[in-house]
Amino acid sequence: MLDLKNIGKTFNPGTVNEKVALENVNLHLDDGDFATIVGSNGAGKSTLFNAIAGEFIADTGMITLDGRDITFLPDFKRSKAIGRMFQDPLRGTAPHMTIEENLALAFLRASGHTSAFSRINKKDRELFAEKLSALGLGLEDRMKQPVGLLSGGQRQALTLLMATLVTPKLLLLDEHTAALDPGTADKVLELTKKIVAENHLTCLMITHNMHDALTLGNRTLMMDHGHIVLDISGGERAHTTVDGLLDRFAENVGHALDNDRILLSKEK
Amino acid sequence: MFTVATVLNALELGFIYALVAMALFLSFRVLNIADMTTDGAFTLGCAVSATAAVAGHPFLGLPLAMLAGAAAGFITAFLQTKLAVPSILAGIITNTGLYTVNLAVMGFSSNVPMLKTKTVFTAAQSVFGESAPYKLIVAALVTVVVCALLIAFLGTRMGLSIRATGDNPDMVRASSINTAFTITVGLCIANAMTALSGAVLAQYQRSADINLGTGMVVIGLASLIIGETLFGRGGMWVKAVAAVAGSVIYRFIIALALRANVPSECLKLISAVIVALAIAAPALKAKADFRRRRANAQKGGARHA
Repeated sequence: MLDLKNIGKTFNPGTVNEKVALENVNLHLDDGDFATIVGSNGAGKSTLFNAIAGEFIADTGMITLDGRDITFLPDFKRSKAIGRMFQDPLRGTAPHMTIEENLALAFLRASGHTSAFSRINKKDRELFAEKLSALGLGLEDRMKQPVGLLSGGQRQALTLLMATLVTPKLLLLDEHTAALDPGTADKVLELTKKIVAENHLTCLMITHNMHDALTLGNRTLMMDHGHIVLDISGGERAHTTVDGLLDRFAENVGHALDNDRILLSKEK
Repeated sequence: MFTVATVLNALELGFIYALVAMALFLSFRVLNIADMTTDGAFTLGCAVSATAAVAGHPFLGLPLAMLAGAAAGFITAFLQTKLAVPSILAGIITNTGLYTVNLAVMGFSSNVPMLKTKTVFTAAQSVFGESAPYKLIVAALVTVVVCALLIAFLGTRMGLSIRATGDNPDMVRASSINTAFTITVGLCIANAMTALSGAVLAQYQRSADINLGTGMVVIGLASLIIGETLFGRGGMWVKAVAAVAGSVIYRFIIALALRANVPSECLKLISAVIVALAIAAPALKAKADFRRRRANAQKGGARHA
């Protein structure tokens, strides 16, 4: 499904601020894989997502998605096949537009759906209302309201719906519940699990919750200094504890994991 | 207070200039770009329309002016989306270049007199008759039709993409839409409308002048903000009506100023002050609120001490 070969990215090359963000990253995801990613601060997790989503073109390497070489494809073209969510609920929606208008835009990813001059019709509205009611937040009754009036959790749930309204080949989740209060975060995470399972999505999820990293999906990746340093799945993963994972990380890279948010949230 | 003639005159000019207010609504409010192409595009519209009318094609002059305005908008958009020129600078560069283009369109003369020329207004006069308010009919008709088309367009998928580009470009790219494309379409439409306003004005006042567009961006913004302040809360239709109303009110303010014997040379300064105050209003209000709260707190603190 997704293949990264030798992906490398250096920021500010040749200057004192030179920073190797990704180095020789190789990753293969099978169809339906749901991998979680944990790592130190500045390990390159979000940079990896930016490389996959096309926010920048990687300095080295090749990216193929579902057999198609997307290495040099600009971001807006990749987004036809890649859905993405960020930690910040404000990034995924247009605040001054209504819920239904936001959904209509997300629906544009369905290729050849309608002409540029078509308007939102009754059939679209019915589809949006049906999808919104599946979120269980009552948003289907507020479709004419601007998204700016929604809470962070509601906006994030809406963004999740928008990212998956047209089934993407790959879903990238960048700590998408981290900015929400614990109750709302759980709810959005439950929705995520449900939508990923229902659509058999291939998914990568960055998290700082070690428990989630081991229990969600079928694979756990750990990153450090621009490398993927650990990749476990199957029985090996099932028998790994949070402490065991941290130990293995330290073993592999020679120093302890230094992500303050992970360490702070480890106890809960 | 006003004679019928002054009221008619203010209404006519209000409708004509309302197109600039609508253009700025699209570029400044919807796309969130301060488009400095406006001044030059307005003069370009005047020049094209006057030249076409003098050549005997007053009606053809209007779509030609829109086409020319769209081309100017395209250049500004190209500079900022493809060549990474900051958006304000992109507009200023196009605007500067347009000065020469506008002179060229007018045959390297700084004005085109069209005293005996047939215009869309003289054509309307022969249709509606001398006694009918034919000038107002033409001005209102053009503006209402163009505004209605613009609002209808903003409700289409393409229109939604343009609106979202000003609201959250990240999300637009995530919806597989190229923001360079939406910005280009938006600026082309906005400048076509600005040029149309200039085109109608040139035929209305029977002359084109190289300086007609000077300060137009500020005048358009003043109209837009007056309209928004008085009527602006609501959907797209309300906002369009507010822009037109703002433009008409602005013309009444100018008429009033002229009646109060304010020299016409001072009008640009008055416009500039109106816009500065209107845009500064939220900040001024926040400051005043803060001062009041602090004063109250200090008074309260003194009582408790």
